[in-house]
Amino acid sequence: MSKTMIKYPIHTQEILNVNGDEAVAYAVKQSLVDVVSAYPITPQTIIVEKFSEFVADGLVHTQFVPVESEHSAMSACVGAAAAGARAFTATSSQGLALMVEIVYIASGMRLPIVMAVVNRALSAPINIHNDHSDAYLMRDSGWIQLFVENVQESYDTTIQAFKIAEDERVLLPVAVNLDGFFLSHTLENIRILPDEAVADFLGGYRKVARVKVDYYDEEVPHMLNPARPLTFGALDLYDYYFEHKVQQVEAMKNVPAVVREVNEKWQELTGRKYGDGVIETYGMEDAEIAVVAMGSSAGTIRSVIKKYRERGEKIGLVRIRLYRPFPYEDVGKILSNVKVVAVMDKAIGPGSYGALYQDIVSSLYDLSDRPLTVDYVYGLGGRDLTQDMVANMIEQVKEDVRKGRVENKIRYLGVRW
Amino acid sequence: MVVKTLPEFPIKKGEPAYKLWIFEPGWKGEIPLNFNLRQVAEQKRSALLPGHRLCAGCAAPIVVKLASFAFRGPTIVVNATGCLEVASTIFPFTSWAVPWLHNAFENAASTASGVEAAINAMKKTGRLPYEHVDVVVFGGDGGTFDIGFQALSGMAERGHDVLYILYDNEAYMNTGIQRSGGTPKYASTTTSPAGEVIPGKPENKKPIADIMVAHRIPYVATATPAHWMDFMKKVRRGIEVVGPAFIHSLSSCDRGWRHENAISIEVLRRAVDTCYFPLWEWTPENGYMLTDRSLVIARNPSLKQPIEKFVEVQGRFRHLMKPENREKLRELQEYVDKVWEDLLRRASNAPR
Ligand SMILES: Cc1ncc(C[n+]2csc(CCOP(=O)(O)OP(=O)(O)O)c2C)c(N)n1
Ligand code: SF4
Repeated sequence: MSKTMIKYPIHTQEILNVNGDEAVAYAVKQSLVDVVSAYPITPQTIIVEKFSEFVADGLVHTQFVPVESEHSAMSACVGAAAAGARAFTATSSQGLALMVEIVYIASGMRLPIVMAVVNRALSAPINIHNDHSDAYLMRDSGWIQLFVENVQESYDTTIQAFKIAEDERVLLPVAVNLDGFFLSHTLENIRILPDEAVADFLGGYRKVARVKVDYYDEEVPHMLNPARPLTFGALDLYDYYFEHKVQQVEAMKNVPAVVREVNEKWQELTGRKYGDGVIETYGMEDAEIAVVAMGSSAGTIRSVIKKYRERGEKIGLVRIRLYRPFPYEDVGKILSNVKVVAVMDKAIGPGSYGALYQDIVSSLYDLSDRPLTVDYVYGLGGRDLTQDMVANMIEQVKEDVRKGRVENKIRYLGVRW
Repeated sequence: MVVKTLPEFPIKKGEPAYKLWIFEPGWKGEIPLNFNLRQVAEQKRSALLPGHRLCAGCAAPIVVKLASFAFRGPTIVVNATGCLEVASTIFPFTSWAVPWLHNAFENAASTASGVEAAINAMKKTGRLPYEHVDVVVFGGDGGTFDIGFQALSGMAERGHDVLYILYDNEAYMNTGIQRSGGTPKYASTTTSPAGEVIPGKPENKKPIADIMVAHRIPYVATATPAHWMDFMKKVRRGIEVVGPAFIHSLSSCDRGWRHENAISIEVLRRAVDTCYFPLWEWTPENGYMLTDRSLVIARNPSLKQPIEKFVEVQGRFRHLMKPENREKLRELQEYVDKVWEDLLRRASNAPR
């Protein structure tokens, strides 16, 4: 992509000094969202506070529904999206846990809602800081899950999420995951697009997809429409439920291509892209050791790997940006030539391996020459990940390669025993 | 876009009843509220079509049909999980002639809040092809008194322009007649069975409509489909006010109340005649106002029937008719009298 083709080259983009939550709120402001319904929870709260200011100042047409619980926030989004509106909510941790019943309903009804999940540990013990246990809670809910690395990407991805969700090949809700405090409360200078550019990118207000329904001769808008009434949320018995679930899976299959397309379009517009949209790699061309991670830790890990690279060591990073649907084949290809994979899970699965680890192992299983794998659980409840920890981890897996086997498959980074 | 003005209801007399309610964009008319039940029936404008699987004799579909006779134009219906929902939308069929949404059990009110917000957003951006779209919720007692109460209270507090109609069959019927916050004292249900030691549900019914009055929303009323004219007027009033409105309709369930399925409407009439379920409406302007039969009884107290009249036809109270339980029946009568007298004190149109 030559520079001249970028529609809004970087020097034309305004700089905004914001934290991750404000960046999300700003993206929502520009995305012509009709309904925002949310309930406060740290570290998500700033999104709603900031957005309320936009509403109070009359800068948006959005109807803000400050509900009495997260369960109602997601319920209102379902109602709004079913009525044909573009709907957004944001939450964290216990809030997501409370709304999870309706999270499944949103995807089952194929409603393109966008939600920012500002990742925070789940209780008990109660903890307001970051890990990915809340995101893992909804991983089989039929939502698209994207994980971002920094504040700029929080802004970019929130806008992209609406485009992905509303794509006719997809029609599924999208969760944009950003690490609590590490991103939500950290100021960064970001580049933003003019309002018109965002509106143009999204094609204006939400256009409701049309569907074929037996009763009507033509395709009708998939919404609560007095001109063409439809029944939403019907009862499916054993004769149809399975088929409807499989349709969701089929829609999921289209997601990676759409995410890649949107990533490319974003690059044409802004000059920014995140790997191929699905996965971002660093130093993987000839890597023998691979570290796999998601979210803001990728920055720390990349800086350590950079130092190893400078010393000529063949280490690479794989950052999973699209966590659901999981890009099993792509990951398998990328990791097919390494000797060891260190998977970094920012959540614990008592009685099981980490969730990301299981996905990575599934990606590798069909390879003829499988690398060694280790599951590194780290950062729970906001525990810091230092460069030293990453270096230690790399030294450990180097030792595993030397031995040709892995003894403790699950290891903890930075925990006192 | 062709803007058609249709002053009359879009389905014409003589057309089959299974037609959906089609309001072409630009529809500006208002469906007249017709108090001649025969004419209403001829117009075939029910939002609930034939073919649903609710039990024979169930009052819930009557509640919905009567309510929909009072709809004034484009209307979106939101339904909580329960008998009405499961029996009317078994895929690939639907009994709903209007746009209809079921989300979950406890969130009909918050779902409707979202629908209403969407309507407002589209109106604001010039995308709503009608002058207005009404939002009406149907929820059972379980989904309203209990698990859905938080969402309902939130919706009321935030002032959404939604009419919430509670069809109260006084138990969780869809899961098999378990007690709810709406179940009356001494009723036998599967989780409050009348046994050797405990004679049915030990607690009184939650005064849900009074609790909604305490929210100071623009309109609250009680109703039954047996008092159909009163019912329809109240529904239209609830739709017309701007802001949240709440109608508490008693809705007999022959399965759960254990009565002959032919007498559902009769049982509801007895509920009002005994003052077990008085008919009233509340507005901020006039406060409590007795309506229909309850106003008649207030003016002529000799018409008030003893509670036995309500209890005797229902199997869920069978144990109360035993001689050893006469005391319990008396207690029930005292409770009903107390609530009725309290209402008479509050009602601005009660004779003093
Ligand atoms: C969260 C949740 N808990 C429980 C249920 C099971 N459930 C479905 S319908 C129902 C009872 C509904 O009772 P009510 O609201 O009184 O309506 P009715 O069936 O009596 O018309 C219950 C308990 C559910 N669907 N969701
Ligand atoms: S169980 Fe009761 S409420 Fe449910 S459909 Fe039958 S009669 Fe109606």
